[in-house]
Amino acid sequence: MRGERSRAFWPLAIFFGLFVLFLYGPTITIVVLSFQGPEGGLTFPMRGFSTRWFENLFETQMVGDFGGSFIRSLTLGLIVTIVTVIVSFMAGLAFRRRFPGSTALFYLAVASLIVPSVLVSLGIGLMFRMAGIDAAWWSSGLGAHLTWTLPFGLLIMFAVFNRFSPAYEEAARDLGATPWQTIRHVVVPILLPSLIGVGLFGFTLSYDEFARSLYTAGTFNTLPLEIYGMTTNVTTPVIFALGTVTTGVSFLVIGAALGGMMLLRRRRRG
Amino acid sequence: MTSRWTGLLLASPLALILALFLIVPIGTIIVVSFFDYDSVRIIPDFIWTNYDELLFSPITWKTYLQTVQFAAITWAICLFIGFTVAYFLAFHVASPMMQTVLFLVCTIPFWTSNVIRMISWIPFLGRNGLLNQALLGIGAIDQPLEFLLFSNFAVVLAYVHLYALFMVVPIFNSMVRIDRSLVEAARDAGASEWQVLRSVIIPLARPGIAIGSILVVAVVMGDFVTVRLMSGGQSASVGLMMVNAMSLLQYPAAAANAVVLLIVVLLMIAAMLRVVDIRKEL
Repeated sequence: MRGERSRAFWPLAIFFGLFVLFLYGPTITIVVLSFQGPEGGLTFPMRGFSTRWFENLFETQMVGDFGGSFIRSLTLGLIVTIVTVIVSFMAGLAFRRRFPGSTALFYLAVASLIVPSVLVSLGIGLMFRMAGIDAAWWSSGLGAHLTWTLPFGLLIMFAVFNRFSPAYEEAARDLGATPWQTIRHVVVPILLPSLIGVGLFGFTLSYDEFARSLYTAGTFNTLPLEIYGMTTNVTTPVIFALGTVTTGVSFLVIGAALGGMMLLRRRRRG
Repeated sequence: MTSRWTGLLLASPLALILALFLIVPIGTIIVVSFFDYDSVRIIPDFIWTNYDELLFSPITWKTYLQTVQFAAITWAICLFIGFTVAYFLAFHVASPMMQTVLFLVCTIPFWTSNVIRMISWIPFLGRNGLLNQALLGIGAIDQPLEFLLFSNFAVVLAYVHLYALFMVVPIFNSMVRIDRSLVEAARDAGASEWQVLRSVIIPLARPGIAIGSILVVAVVMGDFVTVRLMSGGQSASVGLMMVNAMSLLQYPAAAANAVVLLIVVLLMIAAMLRVVDIRKEL
Protein backbone atom coordinates (compact mmCIF):
# COMPACT_ATOMS: atom_id res chain seq x y z
CA MET A 1 0.00 0.00 0.00
CA ARG A 2 1.01 3.61 -0.29
CA GLY A 3 3.25 5.08 2.33
CA GLU A 4 1.38 8.27 3.07
CA ARG A 5 -2.26 9.21 3.03
CA SER A 6 -3.70 10.52 -0.17
CA ARG A 7 -5.40 13.89 -0.43
CA ALA A 8 -8.78 12.17 -0.47
CA PHE A 9 -8.23 10.60 2.95
CA TRP A 10 -9.50 13.34 5.22
CA PRO A 11 -12.64 14.27 3.25
CA LEU A 12 -13.52 10.57 3.10
CA ALA A 13 -12.75 10.08 6.78
CA ILE A 14 -15.02 12.98 7.67
CA PHE A 15 -17.76 11.56 5.46
CA PHE A 16 -17.35 8.22 7.22
CA GLY A 17 -17.48 9.90 10.63
CA LEU A 18 -20.71 11.68 9.71
CA PHE A 19 -22.17 8.40 8.48
CA VAL A 20 -21.38 6.74 11.81
CA LEU A 21 -22.92 9.69 13.65
CA PHE A 22 -26.00 9.35 11.44
CA LEU A 23 -26.19 5.62 12.29
CA TYR A 24 -25.78 5.94 16.05
CA GLY A 25 -26.91 9.49 16.86
CA PRO A 26 -30.66 8.83 17.09
CA THR A 27 -30.17 5.70 19.20
CA ILE A 28 -27.95 7.57 21.63
CA THR A 29 -30.59 10.30 21.82
CA ILE A 30 -33.33 7.91 22.91
CA VAL A 31 -31.07 6.20 25.43
CA VAL A 32 -30.49 9.61 27.04
CA LEU A 33 -34.18 10.52 26.85
CA SER A 34 -35.28 7.25 28.42
CA PHE A 35 -33.86 8.61 31.69
CA GLN A 36 -36.16 11.61 31.37
CA GLY A 37 -37.59 12.93 34.63
CA PRO A 38 -41.21 12.15 35.59
CA GLU A 39 -42.44 15.44 34.09
CA GLY A 40 -40.45 15.11 30.89
CA GLY A 41 -41.76 14.50 27.41
CA LEU A 42 -40.67 12.85 24.17
CA THR A 43 -38.18 15.57 23.26
CA PHE A 44 -35.44 17.58 24.88
CA PRO A 45 -34.98 19.35 27.25
CA MET A 46 -34.43 16.77 29.98
CA ARG A 47 -36.62 17.63 32.96
CA GLY A 48 -34.59 15.99 35.65
CA PHE A 49 -33.36 12.45 35.73
CA SER A 50 -35.21 9.30 36.72
CA THR A 51 -35.60 5.60 36.07
CA ARG A 52 -39.33 5.98 36.29
CA TRP A 53 -39.96 4.96 32.67
CA PHE A 54 -38.04 1.74 33.12
CA GLU A 55 -40.12 0.94 36.21
CA ASN A 56 -43.21 1.77 34.20
CA LEU A 57 -42.18 -0.85 31.68
CA PHE A 58 -42.66 -3.65 34.16
CA GLU A 59 -46.12 -2.55 35.26
CA THR A 60 -48.14 -4.61 32.80
CA GLN A 61 -51.23 -2.45 32.75
CA MET A 62 -49.23 0.50 31.42
CA VAL A 63 -47.81 -0.92 28.26
CA GLY A 64 -49.51 -4.18 27.49
CA ASP A 65 -47.67 -7.44 27.84
CA PHE A 66 -44.02 -6.44 27.79
CA GLY A 67 -42.73 -9.32 29.93
CA GLY A 68 -44.55 -12.06 28.03
CA SER A 69 -43.67 -10.74 24.58
CA PHE A 70 -40.06 -10.29 25.66
CA ILE A 71 -39.80 -13.94 26.75
CA ARG A 72 -41.53 -15.13 23.57
CA SER A 73 -39.12 -13.15 21.39
CA LEU A 74 -36.09 -14.46 23.28
CA THR A 75 -37.33 -18.06 23.02
CA LEU A 76 -38.18 -17.72 19.35
CA GLY A 77 -34.83 -16.07 18.67
CA LEU A 78 -33.05 -18.96 20.36
CA ILE A 79 -34.94 -21.60 18.36
CA VAL A 80 -34.33 -19.70 15.13
CA THR A 81 -30.63 -19.44 15.98
CA ILE A 82 -30.23 -23.18 16.54
CA VAL A 83 -32.17 -24.17 13.41
CA THR A 84 -30.40 -21.53 11.28
CA VAL A 85 -26.92 -22.64 12.35
CA ILE A 86 -27.58 -26.36 11.80
CA VAL A 87 -29.54 -26.07 8.55
CA SER A 88 -27.19 -23.47 6.98
CA PHE A 89 -24.14 -25.50 7.95
CA MET A 90 -25.57 -28.66 6.40
CA ALA A 91 -26.58 -26.78 3.26
CA GLY A 92 -23.16 -25.12 3.13
CA LEU A 93 -21.53 -28.57 3.16
CA ALA A 94 -23.90 -29.73 0.43
CA PHE A 95 -23.27 -26.75 -1.84
CA ARG A 96 -19.55 -27.49 -2.08
CA ARG A 97 -20.45 -29.89 -4.85
CA ARG A 98 -23.24 -29.87 -7.36
CA PHE A 99 -26.22 -32.03 -6.44
CA PRO A 100 -29.56 -32.60 -8.13
CA GLY A 101 -31.48 -29.34 -7.83
CA SER A 102 -28.59 -27.31 -6.41
CA THR A 103 -29.09 -24.41 -8.83
CA ALA A 104 -32.81 -24.29 -8.19
CA LEU A 105 -32.28 -24.36 -4.42
CA PHE A 106 -29.74 -21.56 -4.67
CA TYR A 107 -32.19 -19.35 -6.53
CA LEU A 108 -34.93 -20.29 -4.10
CA ALA A 109 -32.75 -19.11 -1.19
CA VAL A 110 -31.97 -15.84 -2.98
CA ALA A 111 -35.67 -15.41 -3.73
CA SER A 112 -36.41 -15.86 -0.05
CA LEU A 113 -34.21 -12.84 0.63
CA ILE A 114 -35.81 -10.72 -2.06
CA VAL A 115 -39.52 -11.51 -1.80
CA PRO A 116 -40.97 -8.68 0.33
CA SER A 117 -41.36 -9.66 3.99
CA VAL A 118 -44.98 -8.58 4.11
CA LEU A 119 -45.71 -11.02 1.30
CA VAL A 120 -44.14 -13.95 3.14
CA SER A 121 -46.07 -12.97 6.24
CA LEU A 122 -49.35 -12.69 4.37
CA GLY A 123 -48.74 -15.96 2.51
CA ILE A 124 -47.96 -17.99 5.61
CA GLY A 125 -50.89 -16.41 7.45
CA LEU A 126 -53.26 -17.32 4.61
CA MET A 127 -51.79 -20.82 4.33
CA PHE A 128 -52.48 -21.53 8.01
CA ARG A 129 -55.95 -20.04 7.74
CA MET A 130 -56.79 -22.20 4.70
CA ALA A 131 -55.43 -25.29 6.44
CA GLY A 132 -57.58 -24.46 9.46
CA ILE A 133 -54.57 -24.32 11.80
CA ASP A 134 -54.20 -21.45 14.24
CA ALA A 135 -51.11 -19.36 13.61
CA ALA A 136 -48.66 -19.25 16.52
CA TRP A 137 -45.28 -17.68 17.05
CA TRP A 138 -43.60 -21.06 17.51
CA SER A 139 -45.04 -22.60 14.33
CA SER A 140 -45.97 -20.15 11.56
CA GLY A 141 -43.86 -17.44 13.19
CA LEU A 142 -40.82 -19.71 13.33
CA GLY A 143 -41.22 -20.64 9.66
CA ALA A 144 -41.58 -17.00 8.63
CA HIS A 145 -38.41 -16.02 10.48
CA LEU A 146 -36.45 -18.92 8.98
CA THR A 147 -37.23 -17.74 5.44
CA TRP A 148 -35.31 -14.58 6.38
CA THR A 149 -32.43 -15.99 8.46
CA LEU A 150 -31.60 -19.09 6.39
CA PRO A 151 -30.58 -17.23 3.21
CA PHE A 152 -28.23 -15.05 5.27
CA GLY A 153 -26.83 -18.16 6.93
CA LEU A 154 -26.36 -19.86 3.58
CA LEU A 155 -24.58 -16.87 2.00
CA ILE A 156 -22.24 -16.68 5.01
CA MET A 157 -21.52 -20.41 4.69
CA PHE A 158 -20.71 -19.90 0.98
CA ALA A 159 -18.18 -17.24 1.87
CA VAL A 160 -16.73 -19.43 4.62
CA PHE A 161 -16.39 -22.61 2.56
CA ASN A 162 -14.81 -20.64 -0.28
CA ARG A 163 -11.86 -20.02 2.01
CA PHE A 164 -11.88 -23.43 3.70
CA SER A 165 -9.13 -25.74 2.53
CA PRO A 166 -10.25 -29.33 1.87
CA ALA A 167 -6.76 -30.45 2.95
CA TYR A 168 -7.89 -30.70 6.59
CA GLU A 169 -10.63 -33.11 5.72
CA GLU A 170 -8.35 -35.15 3.47
CA ALA A 171 -5.83 -35.41 6.29
CA ALA A 172 -8.55 -36.57 8.67
CA ARG A 173 -9.76 -39.12 6.17
CA ASP A 174 -6.21 -40.39 5.60
CA LEU A 175 -5.92 -40.90 9.33
CA GLY A 176 -8.99 -43.11 9.19
CA ALA A 177 -11.70 -40.72 10.42
CA THR A 178 -15.26 -41.48 9.38
CA PRO A 179 -17.16 -38.67 7.58
CA TRP A 180 -19.03 -37.94 10.81
CA GLN A 181 -15.79 -37.82 12.83
CA THR A 182 -14.26 -35.50 10.24
CA ILE A 183 -17.17 -33.09 10.57
CA ARG A 184 -17.39 -33.36 14.34
CA HIS A 185 -13.68 -33.09 15.18
CA VAL A 186 -12.21 -31.18 12.22
CA VAL A 187 -14.68 -29.07 10.25
CA VAL A 188 -16.90 -27.81 13.08
CA PRO A 189 -14.04 -26.73 15.38
CA ILE A 190 -12.30 -24.89 12.54
CA LEU A 191 -15.48 -23.14 11.43
CA LEU A 192 -16.84 -22.45 14.92
CA PRO A 193 -16.25 -18.66 14.80
CA SER A 194 -18.19 -18.44 11.53
CA LEU A 195 -20.97 -20.61 12.94
CA ILE A 196 -21.26 -18.19 15.85
CA GLY A 197 -21.55 -15.44 13.23
CA VAL A 198 -24.41 -17.30 11.55
CA GLY A 199 -26.06 -17.69 14.94
CA LEU A 200 -25.71 -13.96 15.56
CA PHE A 201 -27.60 -13.23 12.34
CA GLY A 202 -30.21 -15.83 13.25
CA PHE A 203 -30.90 -14.41 16.68
CA THR A 204 -30.81 -10.70 15.97
CA LEU A 205 -32.84 -10.88 12.76
CA SER A 206 -35.51 -12.96 14.46
CA TYR A 207 -35.54 -10.97 17.70
CA ASP A 208 -36.19 -7.74 15.80
CA GLU A 209 -38.42 -9.02 13.01
CA PHE A 210 -41.68 -7.17 12.62
CA ALA A 211 -43.19 -7.60 9.15
CA ARG A 212 -42.74 -11.38 9.00
CA SER A 213 -44.33 -11.74 12.44
CA LEU A 214 -47.37 -9.61 11.67
CA TYR A 215 -49.67 -12.31 10.30
CA THR A 216 -47.80 -15.30 11.66
CA ALA A 217 -47.47 -14.66 15.39
CA GLY A 218 -51.06 -15.65 16.21
CA THR A 219 -52.72 -14.65 19.46
CA PHE A 220 -49.63 -13.73 21.41
CA ASN A 221 -47.41 -10.85 20.33
CA THR A 222 -43.68 -11.00 19.94
CA LEU A 223 -41.73 -8.00 21.22
CA PRO A 224 -41.47 -6.02 17.95
CA LEU A 225 -45.25 -6.32 17.49
CA GLU A 226 -45.71 -5.06 21.03
CA ILE A 227 -43.37 -2.13 20.42
CA TYR A 228 -45.13 -1.28 17.19
CA GLY A 229 -48.48 -1.30 18.98
CA MET A 230 -47.03 1.11 21.52
CA THR A 231 -45.91 3.58 18.88
CA THR A 232 -49.52 4.37 18.05
CA ASN A 233 -50.88 4.84 21.56
CA VAL A 234 -48.03 5.67 23.93
CA THR A 235 -46.88 9.26 24.17
CA THR A 236 -44.51 9.07 27.13
CA PRO A 237 -40.80 8.27 27.28
CA VAL A 238 -41.70 4.73 28.34
CA ILE A 239 -41.33 3.82 24.68
CA PHE A 240 -37.75 5.11 24.75
CA ALA A 241 -37.13 3.01 27.86
CA LEU A 242 -38.37 0.00 25.93
CA GLY A 243 -36.10 0.96 23.03
CA THR A 244 -33.16 1.24 25.39
CA VAL A 245 -33.87 -2.18 26.91
CA THR A 246 -34.25 -4.02 23.60
CA THR A 247 -31.27 -2.29 22.05
CA GLY A 248 -29.33 -3.21 25.20
CA VAL A 249 -30.30 -6.86 24.74
CA SER A 250 -29.21 -6.72 21.09
CA PHE A 251 -25.87 -5.20 22.09
CA LEU A 252 -25.35 -7.88 24.75
CA VAL A 253 -25.94 -10.62 22.19
CA ILE A 254 -23.72 -8.92 19.60
CA GLY A 255 -21.01 -8.36 22.20
CA ALA A 256 -21.15 -11.96 23.40
CA ALA A 257 -21.01 -13.32 19.84
CA LEU A 258 -18.17 -11.06 18.71
CA GLY A 259 -16.31 -11.69 21.96
CA GLY A 260 -16.71 -15.43 21.53
CA MET A 261 -15.44 -15.26 17.95
CA MET A 262 -12.40 -13.23 18.97
CA LEU A 263 -11.60 -15.52 21.87
CA LEU A 264 -11.71 -18.58 19.59
CA ARG A 265 -9.47 -16.92 17.01
CA ARG A 266 -6.96 -15.83 19.65
CA ARG A 267 -6.85 -19.25 21.29
CA ARG A 268 -6.20 -20.86 17.92
CA ARG A 269 -3.29 -18.55 17.18
CA GLY A 270 -1.79 -18.90 20.67
CA MET B 1 -23.85 -43.63 -1.02
CA THR B 2 -22.54 -41.32 -3.70
CA SER B 3 -21.62 -37.73 -2.89
CA ARG B 4 -24.42 -36.50 -5.15
CA TRP B 5 -26.99 -38.00 -2.84
CA THR B 6 -25.15 -36.94 0.31
CA GLY B 7 -25.38 -33.39 -0.98
CA LEU B 8 -29.08 -33.70 -1.63
CA LEU B 9 -29.62 -35.15 1.84
CA LEU B 10 -27.63 -32.38 3.53
CA ALA B 11 -29.51 -29.69 1.63
CA SER B 12 -32.93 -31.25 2.20
CA PRO B 13 -33.78 -29.44 5.48
CA LEU B 14 -33.18 -26.09 3.76
CA ALA B 15 -35.19 -27.19 0.75
CA LEU B 16 -38.07 -28.44 2.91
CA ILE B 17 -38.27 -25.29 5.01
CA LEU B 18 -38.20 -23.01 1.96
CA ALA B 19 -40.74 -25.17 0.16
CA LEU B 20 -43.14 -25.14 3.10
CA PHE B 21 -42.73 -21.50 4.16
CA LEU B 22 -41.98 -19.78 0.87
CA ILE B 23 -43.29 -21.73 -2.12
CA VAL B 24 -46.55 -23.00 -0.61
CA PRO B 25 -47.43 -19.58 0.92
CA ILE B 26 -46.82 -17.82 -2.40
CA GLY B 27 -48.93 -20.49 -4.08
CA THR B 28 -51.63 -19.83 -1.49
CA ILE B 29 -51.51 -16.10 -2.22
CA ILE B 30 -51.92 -16.77 -5.94
CA VAL B 31 -54.89 -19.10 -5.32
CA VAL B 32 -56.58 -16.74 -2.86
CA SER B 33 -56.13 -13.79 -5.22
CA PHE B 34 -58.80 -15.41 -7.43
CA PHE B 35 -61.24 -15.99 -4.56
CA ASP B 36 -64.37 -13.99 -3.94
CA TYR B 37 -65.15 -12.37 -0.60
CA ASP B 38 -67.79 -10.48 1.30
CA SER B 39 -67.56 -8.57 4.56
CA VAL B 40 -67.24 -11.64 6.76
CA ARG B 41 -65.62 -14.49 4.81
CA ILE B 42 -63.67 -15.53 1.75
CA ILE B 43 -65.39 -17.68 -0.84
CA PRO B 44 -63.41 -20.15 -2.99
CA ASP B 45 -63.96 -19.20 -6.62
CA PHE B 46 -62.12 -18.29 -9.80
CA ILE B 47 -62.78 -14.67 -10.61
CA TRP B 48 -60.69 -11.83 -12.00
CA THR B 49 -62.60 -9.17 -10.06
CA ASN B 50 -59.82 -8.60 -7.53
CA TYR B 51 -57.36 -7.84 -10.30
CA ASP B 52 -59.89 -5.74 -12.19
CA GLU B 53 -60.61 -3.61 -9.16
CA LEU B 54 -56.93 -3.27 -8.38
CA LEU B 55 -55.61 -2.46 -11.84
CA PHE B 56 -58.39 -0.10 -12.84
CA SER B 57 -58.18 1.99 -9.69
CA PRO B 58 -56.21 5.22 -10.03
CA ILE B 59 -55.24 4.89 -6.35
CA THR B 60 -53.32 1.71 -7.16
CA TRP B 61 -51.33 3.42 -9.87
CA LYS B 62 -50.63 6.42 -7.68
CA THR B 63 -49.49 4.19 -4.85
CA TYR B 64 -47.21 2.12 -7.08
CA LEU B 65 -45.74 5.29 -8.51
CA GLN B 66 -45.15 6.66 -5.04
CA THR B 67 -43.49 3.41 -3.92
CA VAL B 68 -41.24 3.26 -6.99
CA GLN B 69 -40.33 6.89 -6.34
CA PHE B 70 -39.37 6.09 -2.74
CA ALA B 71 -37.30 3.15 -4.00
CA ALA B 72 -35.53 5.24 -6.64
CA ILE B 73 -34.62 8.12 -4.31
CA THR B 74 -33.53 5.76 -1.53
CA TRP B 75 -31.50 3.73 -4.01
CA ALA B 76 -29.64 6.78 -5.32
CA ILE B 77 -28.79 8.09 -1.85
CA CYS B 78 -27.82 4.66 -0.52
CA LEU B 79 -25.63 4.07 -3.56
CA PHE B 80 -23.77 7.33 -3.02
CA ILE B 81 -23.30 6.77 0.72
CA GLY B 82 -22.63 3.04 0.40
CA PHE B 83 -20.06 3.48 -2.33
CA THR B 84 -18.23 6.29 -0.55
CA VAL B 85 -18.12 4.45 2.78
CA ALA B 86 -17.02 1.18 1.17
CA TYR B 87 -14.38 2.98 -0.90
CA PHE B 88 -12.99 4.66 2.20
CA LEU B 89 -12.89 1.37 4.13
CA ALA B 90 -11.42 -0.69 1.33
CA PHE B 91 -8.86 1.73 -0.12
CA HIS B 92 -8.04 4.35 2.49
CA VAL B 93 -7.95 2.41 5.76
CA ALA B 94 -4.59 0.70 5.67
CA SER B 95 -4.60 -1.70 8.61
CA PRO B 96 -6.81 -4.80 8.24
CA MET B 97 -7.55 -4.69 11.98
CA MET B 98 -8.86 -1.13 11.72
CA GLN B 99 -10.81 -2.12 8.59
CA THR B 100 -12.58 -4.92 10.49
CA VAL B 101 -13.35 -2.66 13.45
CA LEU B 102 -14.80 0.14 11.31
CA PHE B 103 -16.74 -2.37 9.22
CA LEU B 104 -18.28 -3.78 12.39
CA VAL B 105 -19.14 -0.27 13.57
CA CYS B 106 -21.19 0.08 10.37
CA THR B 107 -22.77 -3.37 10.74
CA ILE B 108 -23.87 -3.37 14.39
CA PRO B 109 -26.98 -1.16 13.92
CA PHE B 110 -28.24 -3.72 11.39
CA TRP B 111 -28.55 -6.17 14.28
CA THR B 112 -30.80 -3.91 16.34
CA SER B 113 -34.52 -3.24 16.04
CA ASN B 114 -35.75 -1.36 12.96
CA VAL B 115 -38.87 -0.09 14.70
CA ILE B 116 -36.79 1.35 17.54
CA ARG B 117 -34.38 2.92 15.08
CA MET B 118 -37.30 4.65 13.39
CA ILE B 119 -38.79 5.86 16.66
CA SER B 120 -35.42 7.24 17.65
CA TRP B 121 -35.79 9.94 14.99
CA ILE B 122 -38.74 11.51 16.84
CA PRO B 123 -36.74 13.52 19.39
CA PHE B 124 -34.47 14.60 16.59
CA LEU B 125 -36.88 15.65 13.88
CA GLY B 126 -40.02 16.64 15.79
CA ARG B 127 -41.47 20.11 16.01
CA ASN B 128 -39.55 20.67 19.25
CA GLY B 129 -36.80 18.30 18.19
CA LEU B 130 -33.06 18.81 18.35
CA LEU B 131 -32.73 19.88 14.75
CA ASN B 132 -35.39 22.59 14.99
CA GLN B 133 -33.98 23.78 18.30
CA ALA B 134 -30.52 24.01 16.80
CA LEU B 135 -31.70 25.82 13.68
CA LEU B 136 -33.76 28.23 15.74
CA GLY B 137 -30.81 28.71 18.06
CA ILE B 138 -28.43 29.79 15.34
CA GLY B 139 -31.15 31.91 13.78
CA ALA B 140 -31.30 30.02 10.49
CA ILE B 141 -35.08 29.80 10.77
CA ASP B 142 -37.61 31.64 12.89
CA GLN B 143 -40.39 29.03 12.75
CA PRO B 144 -39.88 25.33 13.48
CA LEU B 145 -39.75 23.31 10.28
CA GLU B 146 -42.83 21.12 10.05
CA PHE B 147 -41.77 18.88 7.20
CA LEU B 148 -39.02 17.10 9.12
CA LEU B 149 -41.14 14.49 10.84
CA PHE B 150 -44.23 12.76 9.45
CA SER B 151 -43.45 13.50 5.83
CA ASN B 152 -41.94 11.90 2.74
CA PHE B 153 -38.66 13.45 3.80
CA ALA B 154 -38.77 11.49 7.07
CA VAL B 155 -39.67 8.29 5.21
CA VAL B 156 -36.68 8.52 2.88
CA LEU B 157 -34.39 9.52 5.75
CA ALA B 158 -35.46 6.42 7.69
CA TYR B 159 -35.00 4.18 4.64
CA VAL B 160 -31.47 5.46 4.14
CA HIS B 161 -30.78 5.10 7.85
CA LEU B 162 -32.01 1.51 7.89
CA TYR B 163 -30.79 0.22 4.56
CA ALA B 164 -27.59 2.08 3.59
CA LEU B 165 -25.79 -0.89 5.09
CA PHE B 166 -27.28 -3.20 2.44
CA MET B 167 -25.23 -1.17 -0.03
CA VAL B 168 -22.04 -0.82 2.06
CA VAL B 169 -21.51 -4.53 2.69
CA PRO B 170 -21.67 -5.96 -0.86
CA ILE B 171 -19.73 -3.05 -2.37
CA PHE B 172 -17.05 -3.35 0.31
CA ASN B 173 -16.96 -7.09 -0.33
CA SER B 174 -16.37 -6.50 -4.07
CA MET B 175 -13.77 -3.83 -3.42
CA VAL B 176 -11.56 -5.79 -1.04
CA ARG B 177 -11.26 -8.46 -3.70
CA ILE B 178 -9.90 -6.04 -6.29
CA ASP B 179 -6.27 -6.88 -7.01
CA ARG B 180 -4.21 -3.96 -5.64
CA SER B 181 -1.66 -4.34 -8.44
CA LEU B 182 -4.33 -3.18 -10.92
CA VAL B 183 -4.66 0.06 -8.99
CA GLU B 184 -0.88 0.42 -8.79
CA ALA B 185 -0.53 -0.24 -12.50
CA ALA B 186 -3.11 2.40 -13.34
CA ARG B 187 -1.35 4.89 -11.09
CA ASP B 188 2.06 4.06 -12.58
CA ALA B 189 0.59 4.64 -16.02
CA GLY B 190 -0.26 8.16 -14.87
CA ALA B 191 -3.90 7.87 -13.90
CA SER B 192 -5.19 10.36 -11.35
CA GLU B 193 -7.04 9.16 -8.26
CA TRP B 194 -10.31 10.08 -9.97
CA GLN B 195 -9.38 8.16 -13.14
CA VAL B 196 -8.43 5.09 -11.09
CA LEU B 197 -11.82 5.29 -9.42
CA ARG B 198 -13.71 5.64 -12.68
CA SER B 199 -11.85 3.21 -14.89
CA VAL B 200 -10.66 0.53 -12.46
CA ILE B 201 -12.55 0.49 -9.20
CA ILE B 202 -16.13 1.25 -10.30
CA PRO B 203 -16.19 -1.38 -13.07
CA LEU B 204 -14.73 -4.02 -10.75
CA ALA B 205 -17.12 -3.10 -7.92
CA ARG B 206 -20.11 -3.54 -10.21
CA PRO B 207 -21.24 -6.91 -8.78
CA GLY B 208 -21.38 -5.42 -5.29
CA ILE B 209 -23.26 -2.41 -6.56
CA ALA B 210 -25.78 -4.68 -8.27
CA ILE B 211 -26.34 -6.87 -5.20
CA GLY B 212 -26.70 -3.83 -2.95
CA SER B 213 -29.13 -2.23 -5.38
CA ILE B 214 -31.27 -5.36 -5.53
CA LEU B 215 -31.46 -5.59 -1.73
CA VAL B 216 -32.30 -1.91 -1.24
CA VAL B 217 -34.94 -1.84 -3.99
CA ALA B 218 -36.52 -5.09 -2.76
CA VAL B 219 -36.86 -3.97 0.87
CA VAL B 220 -38.19 -0.51 0.00
CA MET B 221 -40.70 -1.87 -2.52
CA GLY B 222 -42.17 -4.21 0.10
CA ASP B 223 -42.09 -1.84 3.04
CA PHE B 224 -45.09 -0.65 5.00
CA VAL B 225 -43.81 -0.11 8.54
CA THR B 226 -41.51 2.79 7.74
CA VAL B 227 -44.08 4.54 5.59
CA ARG B 228 -46.73 4.21 8.25
CA LEU B 229 -44.55 5.31 11.15
CA MET B 230 -42.50 8.03 9.50
CA SER B 231 -45.17 9.62 7.32
CA GLY B 232 -47.68 9.67 10.17
CA GLY B 233 -50.29 8.24 7.83
CA GLN B 234 -49.83 10.92 5.19
CA SER B 235 -48.08 8.74 2.63
CA ALA B 236 -48.90 5.43 1.05
CA SER B 237 -46.99 2.44 -0.18
CA VAL B 238 -48.02 -0.79 -1.86
CA GLY B 239 -47.23 -2.75 1.31
CA LEU B 240 -49.38 -0.41 3.36
CA MET B 241 -52.21 -0.78 0.88
CA MET B 242 -52.04 -4.57 1.35
CA VAL B 243 -51.94 -4.29 5.13
CA ASN B 244 -54.96 -1.98 5.08
CA ALA B 245 -56.89 -4.44 2.91
CA MET B 246 -55.95 -7.21 5.35
CA SER B 247 -57.21 -5.23 8.32
CA LEU B 248 -60.58 -4.91 6.52
CA LEU B 249 -60.49 -8.72 6.08
CA GLN B 250 -60.33 -8.28 2.30
CA TYR B 251 -57.83 -11.13 1.97
CA PRO B 252 -58.36 -11.80 -1.75
CA ALA B 253 -57.85 -8.12 -2.57
CA ALA B 254 -54.63 -8.07 -0.54
CA ALA B 255 -53.53 -11.30 -2.23
CA ALA B 256 -54.09 -9.88 -5.73
CA ASN B 257 -52.07 -6.83 -4.78
CA ALA B 258 -49.35 -9.10 -3.40
CA VAL B 259 -49.16 -10.99 -6.70
CA VAL B 260 -48.85 -7.75 -8.67
CA LEU B 261 -46.21 -6.44 -6.26
CA LEU B 262 -44.23 -9.66 -6.55
CA ILE B 263 -44.29 -9.45 -10.35
CA VAL B 264 -43.20 -5.79 -10.28
CA VAL B 265 -40.33 -6.51 -7.85
CA LEU B 266 -39.17 -9.54 -9.85
CA LEU B 267 -39.23 -7.53 -13.09
CA MET B 268 -37.17 -4.77 -11.48
CA ILE B 269 -34.65 -7.30 -10.21
CA ALA B 270 -34.51 -9.12 -13.52
CA ALA B 271 -33.64 -5.81 -15.15
CA MET B 272 -30.85 -5.27 -12.64
CA LEU B 273 -29.58 -8.84 -13.03
CA ARG B 274 -28.99 -8.22 -16.72
CA VAL B 275 -26.07 -6.13 -15.52
CA VAL B 276 -24.43 -8.90 -13.54
CA ASP B 277 -24.59 -12.64 -12.83
CA ILE B 278 -24.60 -12.88 -9.03
CA ARG B 279 -24.03 -16.62 -8.92
CA LYS B 280 -20.60 -16.10 -10.46
CA GLU B 281 -19.70 -13.50 -7.88
CA LEU B 282 -20.27 -15.47 -4.69
